[in-house]
Amino acid sequence: MTKGEIVAGCLAPHPPHIVYAENPPQNEPVAEGGWEQLRWGYERLRESLADVDYDAIVLLSPHWQTYVGTHFLGLPHFKNLSVDPVFPNLFRYHYEIDIDVELSQQIHDRAAEAGLATKMMNNPDFRIDYGTITTGHMFNPEWDKPFVVISSNRSRDYYSVEVMQEMMVELGRVTREAIIASGKKVVVLASNSLSHRHFTTESAIPEDMSKEHITSHAMHLWDMRMIEYFRTGQAQRIIDEMPEFTEQAIAESDGGGLTWLLSTLDLPTYPGILHGYGTIIGTGNAIVEWPARNHKEA
Amino acid sequence: MGDGELIGSYIVPVHPHTILAPEQNEGWGRLREAYDTAAQRIKDSGADLLIIYSTTWPSIIGHQIIADPNPEWVMVDHDFHDLGSIPYSFNIDEKFAHSWNEANEKRGLKSRTVAYHGFPIDVGSVVALKLLNPDNSIPAVIVSSNVYANRSETTVLAKACMDVVKATGRKAVAVTAMSLSNRMFTTPIEPQDDRIHSLKDDEWNRKILEFLGEGRLEDVGQLSRTIHQQIRVNKVVAFKPMWWLSGMNQNRNNLTGEVLAYEAIHGAGGAVVHLDPTPSGTGDKEYDEDDVEYFAGERNVLDAEHTEAAEEEFITESNVETTEANGPALWEPTESEDSVNSNAAPKPVGAYPHARRVGDLLYLSGVGPRQPGTNAIPGGPIHDENGEALDYDIKAQTHAVVKNITRILEEAGGTLDDVLDVTSFLVDMDRDFQGYNEVWAETLGQVGPTRTTLAIRALPTPIAVEMKVIAKAPATE
Repeated sequence: MTKGEIVAGCLAPHPPHIVYAENPPQNEPVAEGGWEQLRWGYERLRESLADVDYDAIVLLSPHWQTYVGTHFLGLPHFKNLSVDPVFPNLFRYHYEIDIDVELSQQIHDRAAEAGLATKMMNNPDFRIDYGTITTGHMFNPEWDKPFVVISSNRSRDYYSVEVMQEMMVELGRVTREAIIASGKKVVVLASNSLSHRHFTTESAIPEDMSKEHITSHAMHLWDMRMIEYFRTGQAQRIIDEMPEFTEQAIAESDGGGLTWLLSTLDLPTYPGILHGYGTIIGTGNAIVEWPARNHKEA
Repeated sequence: MGDGELIGSYIVPVHPHTILAPEQNEGWGRLREAYDTAAQRIKDSGADLLIIYSTTWPSIIGHQIIADPNPEWVMVDHDFHDLGSIPYSFNIDEKFAHSWNEANEKRGLKSRTVAYHGFPIDVGSVVALKLLNPDNSIPAVIVSSNVYANRSETTVLAKACMDVVKATGRKAVAVTAMSLSNRMFTTPIEPQDDRIHSLKDDEWNRKILEFLGEGRLEDVGQLSRTIHQQIRVNKVVAFKPMWWLSGMNQNRNNLTGEVLAYEAIHGAGGAVVHLDPTPSGTGDKEYDEDDVEYFAGERNVLDAEHTEAAEEEFITESNVETTEANGPALWEPTESEDSVNSNAAPKPVGAYPHARRVGDLLYLSGVGPRQPGTNAIPGGPIHDENGEALDYDIKAQTHAVVKNITRILEEAGGTLDDVLDVTSFLVDMDRDFQGYNEVWAETLGQVGPTRTTLAIRALPTPIAVEMKVIAKAPATE
């Protein structure tokens, strides 16, 4: 059997504002635009992968929050309406998504063998979180690739960033092993922002870009520090500084996605490609691709 | 209309086990029975409104209130999806939701209503409404829990809600959907193995329930931050539903409490508690914090313009006039042998005391609606710093005046019942007399002092109403 492969790993944030600003037919609200730098960043990411052949997308979303282990979508197809509970004025999206149940089960089984608490989600009424749908749409608006969707185990809330990282490094390792064993070519996506302090008010026109900026200079410094590590292939430093970054930037890396992503990529020492950076209601968001296909082991 | 009131409060657990699997664990079954008891009590009470504050619906932009008259969907829990699905169809009081939203804005809160097809009503609200109102016979409203809100904002949220309850003559029941300790087991367990996650969590839960059983709700509210630090996992929101529920109950400590059940749900502390407003005879409240009426804003600290304004507003030097952006300088009240001054009343705008005792009488200086500490004006100022007229709520201002009078009288050892004579000053008689008169009838009108109402051109601060009071002085030793 051919060895499977991770062709790319991406940091792919999910604020619903960027789908809102795109005005896709699946989303009910209509916008006058906005957040172009990030939307164009997603365009560049899609162009970068346009000629790359792959079979599935594996995604970890911090908005499927589970407190009893790590869960995996376990049915082949989901169709429903996703309404963001925080920004329902912006995001009411009719989705259909295919799941690669075989790969999902394989990652689940390896995670369970490694000692992680796991569960398959087999309830057909389950509504997929808006983070998954937003990243899914922005990464692949045609929805023509099957997904593996992994929940965010809130171990950081229960224990600490350190414990969260131990678990996510392990989950990343078994994800990589399962992908290689599957024989499939896969893109892995961590759906999270960087600094994550919101503004607590909203403009009358949400897409009014004259109101959009980072919430504070400290958040900007942290975001740029992390991006510099991304751009210079310093994954280990990101892991090392994750506790401080998560606490001080109130970063959405608390959900484990970034650590998991870097672990699936075996802590890359090659540069990530920054496709875009921008703020959304004050939070910092970067679209970054690690082109693993160009850095295979000899 | 008027005379609305809160006729009961309930604390209920959020997880779906009580609705989907009560037979799988004796404790879950007992919680379900307690839920059913609560539902029957609510029905028997004649309640015509259920108000749900849910900790499993976090919000960021202020508070959100469901205003879809008939939300319908199928809810599946993110963790316990294997227990099954919960279809729901609720009877929401759309009109009350909009009125509450408006009342929030009048009290300075950021707020909005939500009425979108398919909006995902959270697990706590779904479980609470399905079990407490199984036939949908009582209209309901649901409000979110803001992740950034602290005590003052959450307290004002409750007061705004009660503004509408009172004004619309409703017989309301308040419900907080919440866990006590919220630490669950992080691995799957068999139903028969469920227990409170730790002895420490169990001991804290029992202490909280001891307080609630004695009707000491405000005490639990005062301990909220400590409780959160001790037995709460930092999920999305803090242990703030106790602030809201206490605010709904006038921050009282002498309610009649009853714990109907306390059990574990996957390690977390789940309880059904009934708090009846009937005084229990236990001691009443002891405030540690401001009884804030109007939210002056603490969540906008990241807004540069606001930060500068806020800093200017709160830069003080001890015992020196405080600069106010919209109004004259503030003074410390003057002290003399017969003066009565209260830290719970707004600072004077000149060299005078809050009141003077002369023989058997108390003479109060003119009392306005400004709030002690923040100097905020409930109902809003009548003009901005440039003198541009603003819309304001005369009723909210008049209520605040009466509250400030009460505080000064209480400082002297008296009550509002001691008021003998009042001279009221209105800056816009045509606009405001009716609203002022309505609040008077509800408050001082019940006491019966003589009254004179005058129209004047202006008051020193941007307020619409001020009262000059003469009251009986409580006997001194």
